[in-house]
Amino acid sequence: MGVVPLGETWLDQALAGGLRADGLHEFHAADPLDGATALGFALLVARLRRELDGRPLIWARQDDALGRPYGPGLVELGLDPDAVTLLMLKDGKALLRAGLDCVRDGAAAAVLLELHGRQPLLDLTATRRLALAGAASATMVLLARAQAPPSSSVLSPSAAHTRWQVAAAPSRVLPADAPGQPAFALTLLRRRGGGEGLSITLEWNRDQVSFRARTPLPGAVPAVAASGAADEQRRSTG
Amino acid sequence: MSRGEAPADQSFALIEKQRGALRIVALNPEAARLGLEPGQALADARGRLPDLAAFPHDPLADAALLTRLARICGDYTPSVQCDPPQGLLLDVTGCAHLHGGEAQMRDHLVARVAAEGLTVHTGLAKTPQGARALARFGGSDLSALPLAALDCEAETLHALTRAGFRRLGDLSRVSRKALAARFGMATTTRLARLLGEEDAHIVPEQARERVFAEARFAEPIGRTDDVLDVIEHLLERTAVTLRERGEGGRAFRARLHRSDGHVARLAVETGAPTRDPALVLRLLRERIDGLADPLDPGFGYDAIDLLIVHAEALPDRQVGLEAERKRPDDLGPLLDRLAVRHGPERVLRFVACNSHTPERAGTLRGLRDDRETTPWPEGQEDEPPLRPLVLLDPPQRVRVTNALPEGPPRQFSWRGKAHSVLRHEGPERLAAEWWHRRDGYQGNPGLTRDYYRVEDEAGHRFWLFRHGLYGLEVEHPDWYIHGLFA
Repeated sequence: MGVVPLGETWLDQALAGGLRADGLHEFHAADPLDGATALGFALLVARLRRELDGRPLIWARQDDALGRPYGPGLVELGLDPDAVTLLMLKDGKALLRAGLDCVRDGAAAAVLLELHGRQPLLDLTATRRLALAGAASATMVLLARAQAPPSSSVLSPSAAHTRWQVAAAPSRVLPADAPGQPAFALTLLRRRGGGEGLSITLEWNRDQVSFRARTPLPGAVPAVAASGAADEQRRSTG
Repeated sequence: MSRGEAPADQSFALIEKQRGALRIVALNPEAARLGLEPGQALADARGRLPDLAAFPHDPLADAALLTRLARICGDYTPSVQCDPPQGLLLDVTGCAHLHGGEAQMRDHLVARVAAEGLTVHTGLAKTPQGARALARFGGSDLSALPLAALDCEAETLHALTRAGFRRLGDLSRVSRKALAARFGMATTTRLARLLGEEDAHIVPEQARERVFAEARFAEPIGRTDDVLDVIEHLLERTAVTLRERGEGGRAFRARLHRSDGHVARLAVETGAPTRDPALVLRLLRERIDGLADPLDPGFGYDAIDLLIVHAEALPDRQVGLEAERKRPDDLGPLLDRLAVRHGPERVLRFVACNSHTPERAGTLRGLRDDRETTPWPEGQEDEPPLRPLVLLDPPQRVRVTNALPEGPPRQFSWRGKAHSVLRHEGPERLAAEWWHRRDGYQGNPGLTRDYYRVEDEAGHRFWLFRHGLYGLEVEHPDWYIHGLFA
């Protein structure tokens, strides 16, 4: 099974090509307010996973999660809402059960489990089961977690292939001081095969369906030129 | 035909909009006695009878009632035809002796329908047309009926009256050839059918029998696996019938009859019509696994039956030489299983609606909801997302501590946490959809919203709006948070 490149060359090299397309990946919100950010990042990874084989996506959510998923917002991120099926489940237990069913079935390209709060059932065994089922059915499993105490989330044992901490990052400013493309501050907390501690801020580009570093990395194009060119383009098209 | 809504002794009318005016379609006997008649405008009728109650005419409910009556009449004869809007035609040839003769049968039927709260007029003749005319105009002699019983066009009726004919009997004395030459073949055909010279048979309604299969056992069975084996066998039997009809089941119900009289019911639904026993069996297995109290066979089941509650067209598809491979992206069976296990209301899809109010523009619907949807709008190229990923519905109130009355928010607190706005874009002004409001057209259109996309110092992006235009619509507009961006 292949990998899902995120689009930023330097990061993809550090991850040996990208995220495993049939792996289990965890995205932890750094702060309670970063819940939507971690969720958004996981959805965008799912979007990239779809590029490989075009299968639909499943998004499982708890009844008491904040707000309601919004179709027009998915469109704005570059996801096709018609390709996403949403499961609203009553608690974490039902969600893990339904999630495992979805992963085992193998009809979806990726299954996103959005969990918040303490999840005592999400232990090493449960994650291992998800990871094995994903590998068997070529399904990517994404866990987006928010509002969980560190002892029950970022520190808990897990069979995940990668575990990321996601926080919102200030976006690159557009003309007239408008907020720009979504930006994500990522920290790689754990990875099978090493590479922990890696940290990068990525920006999502909907039109090119890929991420790129928000601030150009050493050796890349100078910052001024990059942002200037984008603004030129924006002015001429807008 | 409306029941239960109006008191029995009060006049009421059923009305419908015809040619731009509300007109009476039907009346109850009290209203008819007071001189009102169908076709009258409601305004005229109200002029004569100010307290006339009016209800909307519901032709579909009438049709449903007629179908129900047709089923009752099925007890008297196998061939019953609905004659909309208000008639039923029964072919009682060879059936009357079972009820003690035609007159007794008619009395019995009238009493039966009267018990349903309806008044009926009956007519008995050699042909359906004759019986209908007798029921409408009364009497037992067809030749004494007025010309209106011919049911022909108004012009023909007028011409016949001008020619001096009054009753059907007058017409039957005239040469048919002359009549046809002057008034058309249609008139003579109608006459012949009325008088029983030519018989046009009715086409009886055939209620489609539902697909049903049953198995009985000499020795009760108890093991769940055995039960499922039997159900699989029943499913195979129903699949044969369904295939003959070109249908597939959407809803299945199995009943397990325990030897002590208890009946356990298992019902499942599928997202698409199917004849595949394995698929339905898997759903039933899910259903059994998910039961709050597991199946208790007691001393065993002595009969199991299976009913296809709802079936839809499912044409045969060509099966190639190779076995048909399951499409890898076919979520259908998985979603069916999830709907059975967790409830159909929990499996949702995103739908777009034609509205500019954010909470209406995008909603969630169940999978079985087949109402029409609008296509999704395209995101604008080179723009950041302008709509949030998560919508807070209803919007939550935020306290904006620093903002010009008509300017963007500078600082706000939400859930007890202060955020200072570093960047913003807006306002995007969305007017209220007054046509959705009860009194929207009476000068109360609702408040305009000014939406701002804002980003705080940590990079969190929010969607805020000011509710109402400052000074024009409200004195001090409130602020709300409506969504979170990724």
